[in-house]
This record gives sequence, C-alpha cells and structure tokens, in this order.
Amino acid sequence: METPQYNTAIVRSFIHWSLLWGVVAILVGILISFQLIRPELNLPPYLTYGRLRPLHTNAGIFGWAIGTFFALFLYMVQRLCRRPLWSDRLARFQLWFFNATIIVAAVTLLLGYSQSKEYHELEWPVDLMVVVLWVIFSINIIMTVIKRREEQMYVSLWFMLASLVGVAVLFLVNGAAVPVSWFKSYSAFAGTNDANVQWWYGHNAVAMVLTAPPLAVFYYFLPKATGAPIYSHRLSIVAFWSLIFMYLWTGAHHLLWTPIPDWIQTLAMAFSIMLIAPSWGSVVNGYLSMNGQWHQMRENYLVKFLVLGITFYGLQTLQGPLQAVRSFSGFIHYTDWVPGHVHMGTMGWVSLVLFAAIYYLVPRLYGNELYSIPMANLHFWLVLSGQLLYSVSMWIAGVQQAGMWHAMNPDGSLTYSFMETLVEMYPYYWARAFSGIIYVAGVGLFIGNLVLTARKGKAKDVTPVPAGAAS
Amino acid sequence: MSAPSWEKKPILFLLLATATILVGTIVTMVLPFAWVNSEEERIAGITPYAPLELEGRDVYIREGCNNCHTQTVRPLVAEVVRYGDYSRSGEFVYDRPHLWGSRRTGPDLARIGGKYPDAWHFQHMAEPQSIVPRSNMPAYAFLSAQGVDPSGIRRKMEVLGFPFTEEQLDALAGKTEMDALVAYMQKLGRDLPRGEGSTPVAPTELTNPFAGDAAAVAEGALLYTEHCASCHGADQQGGIGPELTDGWDDGDLFSLIYAGVPEGGMPGFSSLGQERVWKIVNYLQSGGR
Ligand code: HEC
Ligand code: HEC
Ligand code: HEM
Ligand code: HEM
Repeated sequence: METPQYNTAIVRSFIHWSLLWGVVAILVGILISFQLIRPELNLPPYLTYGRLRPLHTNAGIFGWAIGTFFALFLYMVQRLCRRPLWSDRLARFQLWFFNATIIVAAVTLLLGYSQSKEYHELEWPVDLMVVVLWVIFSINIIMTVIKRREEQMYVSLWFMLASLVGVAVLFLVNGAAVPVSWFKSYSAFAGTNDANVQWWYGHNAVAMVLTAPPLAVFYYFLPKATGAPIYSHRLSIVAFWSLIFMYLWTGAHHLLWTPIPDWIQTLAMAFSIMLIAPSWGSVVNGYLSMNGQWHQMRENYLVKFLVLGITFYGLQTLQGPLQAVRSFSGFIHYTDWVPGHVHMGTMGWVSLVLFAAIYYLVPRLYGNELYSIPMANLHFWLVLSGQLLYSVSMWIAGVQQAGMWHAMNPDGSLTYSFMETLVEMYPYYWARAFSGIIYVAGVGLFIGNLVLTARKGKAKDVTPVPAGAAS
Repeated sequence: MSAPSWEKKPILFLLLATATILVGTIVTMVLPFAWVNSEEERIAGITPYAPLELEGRDVYIREGCNNCHTQTVRPLVAEVVRYGDYSRSGEFVYDRPHLWGSRRTGPDLARIGGKYPDAWHFQHMAEPQSIVPRSNMPAYAFLSAQGVDPSGIRRKMEVLGFPFTEEQLDALAGKTEMDALVAYMQKLGRDLPRGEGSTPVAPTELTNPFAGDAAAVAEGALLYTEHCASCHGADQQGGIGPELTDGWDDGDLFSLIYAGVPEGGMPGFSSLGQERVWKIVNYLQSGGR
C-alpha cells in the first residue's frame, strides 16, 4: 500500500501568491498615503484615491490575509486530522481560482465597478466568484475533517470551522443585490436597514476573517514554536464559544449616534465591552502557555512574532470596546484614530502571526533551514517600528482632529473651519507614509530571506503522514 | 476528562456554531427590519431620485467619494453647527445602498444641497485646489468629457421602481456625468426644510466692534481669502458670486454674511462666529482691496 502523503506543494504555492498580493496591498497603501498629502498623485480616472482605497483594503484582507489563511488552513487541517487533503485537485483548482478572483477583483475595482459597501465592494459577478471559492475551500476542509484519523478536533479546527460558516452567512446576506447590468447592482436593502446589515457584516468580517483564523493559527503555531502545550483546554473552550456568540451582537458600534434604533446601539455597546472577556481569554491562555518559556523571546525569533502578535490582539480588543462606548465614539468616530486601530490589528496582530507561521513552515516547504536569522530579526524590528509609527501617529492625529472638530467658541460658533483641521493632519500623514516605507522594507527583507532559503534548499512537495499521534 | 462530543463530531460542531452565530444575528440584524423604514419613520417631502440625480449617485459610488465623505450628521452640538440638522432614518428610504461612510477625510455631505451654486461645484469638482488651495480632494475634470446613457438610466429607474417621465429622460441627451454628479450634490438634504441646526444664532449687536482697528483689517483680509475669495474673487471683482461693491451699512452687511442668501447661492457664515464675521465686515468696509 502506498504511504499517505501530506500535500506541501499547495501550501507553498498559496503562500507565494498571498505574499505577492500582500506586497501589492502595502504598495497601494503607501501610494494612497501619499495621495492624501499630494493630491496631484491621483491619476484619474483609474488611479484616484476613491478607487485605490478599496483596492488596498481588498488586497490586504482577501489577497494577503485570506490567501495566507488558505495556505495555513490547508497545512493545519492535514496535520490535525493526520491524513492528506480530501482532494488535492480541488485544492489546485482553488489556488488557480483564487488568483483569478483577485485579479478580476483588482481590475474591476480600478474600473470603478463597486457596490460601495466597505469590505464588500466587489460587484455581483465577482461576488459570485468569491462564493464559489469559499464553497470549494469549505468542502475540502470539512471533508478532510470528517474523514480524519484523529478522534478529537483541536482548538484550531474549531476556529477554522466557525470562520467557514461565519463568512458564508455574512457574505451571502450582505451581498444580496438586484443586478441592473453585468457590473452594476443595487442593494436589496435600503437606507438605515442597509447600513445595519452592512456593519453587522463589516464587524463580523473582522471576527470571522481577522480574528478567528489568526487565532486558529496562533493556537497551532505557538505550541509548535515553543514546544510547550497551550495552557488550558477549558479556557480555550470557554473563550471560543463566548467569542463567536458575542461578536454578532456588536455591528452597530460602527453606527453609534446614527439613525439606527437606539436599542441596537446600546446592545452593541454592551456586547462590545463583554467581548473583552473572551478575547482576553485567548490572550491569557497564550501568555500562560509561555510560563517557563519566556527565555525563548530572546532565543527564538518565531516566539517573538507570536507573542508580540497576541499582545497587539490584546491591545486591539481593549481599544475596540473603548471605541464602542457612545461618548468616546462621538469623539473619535470618522477621525484618523480609526485607521490607527485598524492597522494595529492588520499590520500588528494578523500580519505578525502570519509571518511567524510562514517562518515555521520554511524548513518544511523548502527542505532547508532559514537562510538568515539575523535578517528575520531585522524584519521583526522593521515591521514592529513601522506599525507602531503608523498607529501612534494616527492616534495622536485622531485625538487632535476630534478636538478641533468639536471645539466651539463661547458664542456657539465653531473654532476651526474644516480646512483648518485638515491641514493639521498633513504632518501625521507624512509620518504614516514614512511608516509604510519602513514596513515594506521589512517585508522585502522577509521575502528576500525566503528566496535565498529556497534557492539553496530542495523543495519538498509532499511529506509522509507519520503513523503515530497527530502532530 | 473525556472530551465533550462536539469536539469529536464535526457536523454537530458546525450546527452548534451556526446556531450560536445566528442568535445575535437574528436579534440585531433581522429583527430591526420590523421597525426601520416603517410608516412611523416616514418623513413628508422626501422624494426618490430623479433620473439625472440617480446617475450622479452612481458616479459618486463609482468614484468612491464615500471613502472620504460621510452622509450622516450626528446629533452632536458641534456637528450640527458645522453641517446642519442631524440625520433621521426616514431621509434614507430611497438609498440603495446607503452611503453613510466611515471616514471624514473631507466634510460630511448630507446637507450639501443648496449650500453652493452649481457653478461652484463645477469648478470645485474639476479642480478642488482652485477653490480650496490646500484641499487633498482629487480632481474629477474627466467627468465633463463623459456623457450619460439614457437607456441605461431608464433601466436603473425601473429596477428601483422610482417614478420618472419621458421628458426627464429626453432631457438627459447631451448631459455629462459631471452634470449628473452636480445634480446629485444639489439633491442631498434638499428635501427637508432647513432645520434648526442651520439657522444661525441671532446676532447680538449690529455695530462694528473693530472700526478703525488696523490689526483686525489684516485678519479680516486673511479670513476673506480663506472663505470668500473663491466666489467673489481675490480682489472682490466677482466670479461665481457677484462683484462686491461699496456703500453698505455695517449692520446690513454683517447680517447678510452671517445668514447668507440661501436661495441665491451665498452660504451663511454664522458658524465662523460673530467676531470673525465682524472682522470680514471691517475689512470690506475699510476699503481693503
Ligand atoms: C481624498 C479624499 C477625497 C475624495 C476621494 C473626495 N473628496 Fe470631496 N472633499 C475632500 C476634502 C478634503 C474636502 C474639503 C476641501 C475642499 O472643499 O476641497 C472636500 C470637499 C468636497 C465638497 C465641498 C463640501 C463643503 O461643504 O464645502 C464636495 C461637494 C465634495 N468634496 C464632493 C466630492 C465628490 C462628489 C467626490 C467624488 C467624486 C469627492 N468629493 C471625493 C476630500 C475628498
Ligand atoms: C459659494 C460661493 C460664495 C461664497 C464662498 C461667498 N459668497 Fe457672497 N455671494 C455669493 C452669491 C452667489 C451671491 C449673490 C446672492 C444673491 O442672489 O443675492 C453673494 C452675495 C454676497 C454679497 C451681496 C452682494 C450684493 O451686491 O448683493 C456680499 C456682501 C457677499 N456675498 C459677501 C461674501 C463674503 C464676505 C463672503 C465670505 C465670508 C462670501 N460672500 C462668500 C456667493 C458666495
Ligand atoms: C504598510 C503599510 C500600509 C499602509 C501605508 C496603509 C495605508 C492605508 C491608508 C492610507 C488607509 C486609508 C486611511 C483613511 O481612510 O484615512 C488605509 C486603510 C485601510 N488599510 Fe491599510 N495600509 C498598510 C497596510 C495594511 C495591511 C497589511 C492591511 C490588511 C491586511 C491593511 C488594511 C486596511 C484597512 C482594512 C483599511 C480601512 C480602514 C478604515 O476603514 O478605517 N492596511 N491603509
Ligand atoms: C473586542 C474586539 C473589538 C472591538 C469591540 C472593536 C471595536 C471597533 C469599533 C467600535 C470600531 C469602529 C470605530 C469607528 O469607526 O468609530 C472598529 C473599527 C475597526 N476594527 Fe475593531 N474592534 C475589535 C477588534 C478588532 C480586531 C481584532 C481587528 C483586526 C484587525 C479589528 C479591525 C477593525 C477594522 C478593520 C475597523 C474599521 C472598520 C471601518 O470603519 O472600516 N478590530 N472596531
């Protein structure tokens, strides 16, 4: 009988493509940062800020984040189920179709085909491609899990499976639209209803794409990197179920003070604050798993990425609930504070954890140890300082902007005109653009390191499934 | 401790996870449909978009203006002074999709209709920096070169079920996307009576407190350049607005600038406060030109 083999080639291919889309996302991010200070960098009609910003967010979330999740899910599911993928051919097709979707998405966004809803801009034919992609992926993962050779499902599998159903429900409902032509449709919902559905979607895209999958990755790769298990299984159970229960109540914290009914806003505010508990459940579980392992922070570059990553997750899930408080929202909503929050999550939490997982896989994908650990360390410090500069400058900018927007004279007139507040932002926008350059330099080093590793090693397309316990 | 059965049964697990997700979804996303956009929320006077306005809205979506502009005014003091009366649910019943936005890189546009004359918008859209020198808004001059497609617009009106007449469609011939966008801008917030938020606080005095103050003249000149020059010209020679002539009574001039001439395309400047408006008056009356 032939020995079963893990499919490693597909993992490697997904990583390569997602890195490409990640670099595109970051470069577009840098371009739009400069456009906000130098409007002459807008090249109408295709390369204006209004069309490029959605390209940036979509390439970041769908290309880089989801692309890497595809790779890591396909990797983890095989190990955690101790069997090869249910279908290698389906996975191949998924890779091909993923890239086709991203390319069609990028082209149509530049052409201005947009539903306008944040993180759901893609018009209906492209939406359908995303649905097909997700169905293929889900079938492969779920079938592999059903036919697994390991009785119990590890925590990472819970988060993976939850994100599969979560994204499906969210995307289908929010995408409901009536087409008028091939590239134009009108939302099925109107006005306030449409806004409420959109932010139920928007916030839970954060839950099901930027929280559950990186947590799955974290729960798998932290023990792999340190060699010590996750501290408490029971804590994992409580944190998981309460997280996926509470997230869905909180969408309206993006709509505080808008015409959405008050009770929905109040529920969203309350559940956002309660969300600290399950979020920190995972953070604490991660920290306690480091008991006796903290020396690895110095010795093991992988651990640094993971621990800093979960730390940013911890900060993110304290800052988020704060933003969901009505009075604080009244102040910072619509300001530059929010991009500061967003990028601590995306450039800090999500990207750091993904970098760690990819580093961990390097010897398994390229049949060779990493080319240079000092380069990996420099990568760490560059992305960390780039991200901190981004977030900190935007938080300061946001507070100043909010203060100026709300400042009033004793006679009830406004202290500052809109433009007086905008020009105060330009120095911070310069800092942000510069932070992007630091960050992309770090990512460039990372990719260079991978290329040098691959050049010396002998790529392994398959790995035999071990006979013993799951790994 | 033996693992609970959901940890071993993927189908059971998927069902439990779906049910867990659906609870909050049903309460906060499905149930609100029973209240929102109901009869109680209806506001008299809110009308659907006319064909040209709808096309302008679609240009707005295509260009992603919502990435920089919001369209909801919150009931917060400074916000109402800056943008006008706060938004109500019934205003948005014809908005598919909504365009509330999440970032204010530029100002809110929910009440932009009628704030400026069309000519202002044409010039601002073509080259924002010609009106607001340090603006970071992109230039959209190319919209003037692109015509609208009446048959496509007819289909859109039909899909949305908005009423229209053949005359309205005939009038689309020769219109550009720029015309459409400006028509849409002028529709925003126009269906509502001017609310309390935009009614200026009544001025408390009508005599010029800065008469003869040379330093105040210089400040007034700066304020004029920032707020008035785009329409009345750097030397008050006129442009989008008329040439500014002498012979005004201080109080009359103050009242005009403070309240504006809404129906004539002259915005009110009460949000600047009386002191700054007086400085502008002082500058104009000092013969500063
Ligand atoms: C990069 C961000 C950005 C984009 C994209 C953008 N704007 Fe602006 N917009 C601004 C800023 C900043 C201002 C304030 C300065 C000014 O008037 O130019 C502004 C001002 C305006 C104003 C005047 C508002 C007022 O009360 O004075 C209108 C109207 C407007 N924009 C419409 C649009 C439309 C329509 C689009 C899309 C075609 C658009 N904007 C795209 C940033 C943007
Ligand atoms: C958006 C363009 C615009 C801006 C900005 C603007 N105005 Fe006007 N202004 C107009 C228009 C249009 C009229 C003519 C209104 C009418 O129909 O009476 C006008 C009328 C006036 C008049 C009356 C002129 C007359 O002879 O009847 C004065 C005075 C005036 N503006 C002063 C100012 C001052 C001072 C500012 C700056 C604080 C200012 N305007 C800003 C457009 C503008
Ligand atoms: C390294 C460089 C990056 C730079 C310079 C950058 C720059 C920007 C800029 C200028 C904006 C617009 C902010 C505004 O509306 O004012 C933005 C928004 C956004 N970016 Fe990035 N970005 C970077 C990396 C990323 C990555 C890696 C991701 C995702 C994985 C990401 C996801 C997003 C999201 C989701 C938004 C929308 C934020 C909001 O609505 O508030 N970005 N980015
Ligand atoms: C307990 C957890 C969290 C809560 C309660 C929370 C809360 C919030 C709130 C209230 C906003 C709206 C800010 C505003 O516009 O005024 C927001 C925006 C955002 N958050 Fe979080 N957050 C949490 C965690 C996260 C995490 C882990 C990420 C991961 C990247 C994230 C990504 C985002 C993004 C992308 C936006 C921008 C949405 C937009 O306006 O386009 N959040 N968050």
